[in-house]
Amino acid sequence: METFLGIDYPTLWFLVVGALFSGYAILDGFDLGAGAWHLFFRKEESRRIALNAIGPVWDGNEVWLVIGGGALFAGFPILYAAMFSAMYIPFMLFLAFLIFRAVSIEFRSKEPMPWWRMLWDICYCISSAMLGFLLGVVLGNILQGIAIGPDFEYKGSWLQFINPYAVMVGLTTLSLFMVHGAIYLAMKTEGRLFIKITLLLKRAILFFVVVFVITTILTLLFIPHLSDHLLSNPLLLVIPLLAFLSIANIPRLVSKQKYRYAFFFSALTMSLLLILVAVELYPVLLLSTINPAYSITVHNSASSVKSLKIMLLFVLIGAPMVGIYTLFVYRTFRGKVKLDETSY
Amino acid sequence: MDTEILARVQFAFTVSFHYIYPPLSIGLGLIMVIMEGLYLKTGDKIYETMARFWTRIFALTFGIGVATGIVMEFEFGTNWATYSRYVGDVFGSALAAEGIFAFALESGFLGVLLFGWNRVKPPVHFIATLGVWLGSMFSAVWIVVANSWQQTPAGYHIVGTGTNARAEITDFWAMVFNPSSVDRLLHVWVGAILAGAFLVLSVHGYYLLKGRYIEISQKAFKIALVVATIFSCSQLLTGHESANGVSKNQPAKLAAFEGHYDSLAKADMYLLGWVNQEKKEVYGPKIPGGLSFLLHYDFKTPVTGLNHYADNDRPKAVNAIFQFYHIMITLGMMMIGLTLLASWLWWRGKLFNYRWLLKLFVFAVFMPQIANQAGWFAAEMGRQPWVVYGLLRTSDAFSKSVGAQQILFSLIMFTLIYVLLFALFIYLLDRKIKHGPYDDSDIESRPLQHEISEVVENR
Repeated sequence: METFLGIDYPTLWFLVVGALFSGYAILDGFDLGAGAWHLFFRKEESRRIALNAIGPVWDGNEVWLVIGGGALFAGFPILYAAMFSAMYIPFMLFLAFLIFRAVSIEFRSKEPMPWWRMLWDICYCISSAMLGFLLGVVLGNILQGIAIGPDFEYKGSWLQFINPYAVMVGLTTLSLFMVHGAIYLAMKTEGRLFIKITLLLKRAILFFVVVFVITTILTLLFIPHLSDHLLSNPLLLVIPLLAFLSIANIPRLVSKQKYRYAFFFSALTMSLLLILVAVELYPVLLLSTINPAYSITVHNSASSVKSLKIMLLFVLIGAPMVGIYTLFVYRTFRGKVKLDETSY
Repeated sequence: MDTEILARVQFAFTVSFHYIYPPLSIGLGLIMVIMEGLYLKTGDKIYETMARFWTRIFALTFGIGVATGIVMEFEFGTNWATYSRYVGDVFGSALAAEGIFAFALESGFLGVLLFGWNRVKPPVHFIATLGVWLGSMFSAVWIVVANSWQQTPAGYHIVGTGTNARAEITDFWAMVFNPSSVDRLLHVWVGAILAGAFLVLSVHGYYLLKGRYIEISQKAFKIALVVATIFSCSQLLTGHESANGVSKNQPAKLAAFEGHYDSLAKADMYLLGWVNQEKKEVYGPKIPGGLSFLLHYDFKTPVTGLNHYADNDRPKAVNAIFQFYHIMITLGMMMIGLTLLASWLWWRGKLFNYRWLLKLFVFAVFMPQIANQAGWFAAEMGRQPWVVYGLLRTSDAFSKSVGAQQILFSLIMFTLIYVLLFALFIYLLDRKIKHGPYDDSDIESRPLQHEISEVVENR
């Protein structure tokens, strides 16, 4: 098989897709998390500030989902087809919440009536939370594996996506997003709202630690195949170790009020957990629960080397460009939120 | 109903709804670039006010465009699994390019365009607006390339057989510049710009009729009229080129456009008509040999007809395709007539003298929208029964593991959401239009704004 820097092309593309979804989790993670806190703020002014903290960037963050989805489709079409058609209902609900959320952000500020704003506040908060949860549910199903047949078609029932383990992974994802979002809001706010957020943040960390521990125990007990790679190659144990250290660092930095560093470490935690998932699964992408031989892997689902080469070139050209204007936007809107007539 | 029909209805519904918005983003983007450019050049505040006003409407269309666009990307995987496996290697790279090169540019600069008015200098803001507009134009490039590849596949080879068969890319540039992509891209771009220009004409025409914001509306109306005139006339050329391309690459589609069945006969061109699909006849006023003339510059040359194809290799809904195609053509001609008339009156110095003309422009906003939709329906229905022309049938392309009841559920869900979304869109568009281009004229719509800004500033 053709390689580049000693790595075969499907694996390289697997790394690209992983990096894209990691970027998506870090970026959209904070604005989904911030959204999930929305109803905890009581005053109209607080809600507006919280909303405008993510106002100029949430749309740009969602681009990462579009690109990540496109990269998955382009690089692993067989996986894309199997995964999306197998988890039809969660993906459709995901789309519905995505639309509702975008619409809530756009529409809430357009009318002054309290009932109008309340309606969109509820819609925004619930859809933000549900998006985080559903992403986790999908991840939970990928970790467990699904009923894939020999022809890469899903053979299970349409309701199997909802199961206790997937729900726990969903809650873990949501809680991590909420920690991440609260840290972001703490960086962007001041005064009483800031104090309120710091209190909420402490509760969020506790919530995350509890669900994370439960999910970890469930993983070790009921999905033993996920620890195989770690046990056979103890060097890899450094990843979970780093993840635990990174998690432990968040409350430490929060109590020192170093929110920028805390944000960095909550982002790092997400990346490390996703790397852990990648290491545990690779080269399998979607395990078949019918017969491991039917599993979809990096190699049996990848596009041609020619196609992957073209797309890697795109990434090499495109990534620095995306980096430059992302930096430009975040620089333009750096500092605490200031409302003006263009705000939501 | 069976899975195939439901999956097709769902895709058609979600994509048509989506396609109301991106053309508006492209068209309004161009007009905003012109307005801001004029502001930079002349320093006249009126152009800035104009640009800011249209930015607010742009924000509305862009938001809905993004949200309904992700639906399309996901639906490839959820509803069209076989299709995704088949085309992923080729189609995927175009989609990935769209994300990386176009959509990221567009959404990245959007934040600055919408919220950066008071934070960056005018030239920087202009660059952001330009970035958003170019992003939306590039976005159209890759999406049209991907769709055109399905119409006229090129730069690929087929590997595997039976259900494992799939297309693999062999030549990227041959895929990008497949026989139909340039013609169709130009046609789509121009249609999109018309959608934006006619919205601007409609709104400012309405203000002029009401006697409000006269000065700003006259200026904005003229800007949009220049754009609309140039592009509605050039649409004639891109349309002609597209039809020529279709006659070479997809003759069955062209035959369906004009309801032409007999391969040995000259092809007529109908102004309007009705296709009797059983008798294979068309009733209506026609130019005998008109289509032959347009394609071969000769009224007598025979044109390949639908009878040339086996029944299951040609589109079935000939009458519907005929109607969509003729709706598009008729509306295109009406747009040319209307914009040329208005331009002539402008030249005579009488542009704003006639209330009926302004009224026509208020309602003309629907013309490019309907023409865009009708054109796409003609193009996509005319390609049936193929989803990838000559390679993969639509009836083989949908997800085998998804049941009809699941698709029905999501179809009902999307219908409810989109109806609600559309009602809200119209309501808010109406509010923004009634509110007018000036922020200060109606403080009531944002009662707490100044107080809140002060509270925050004083902290």
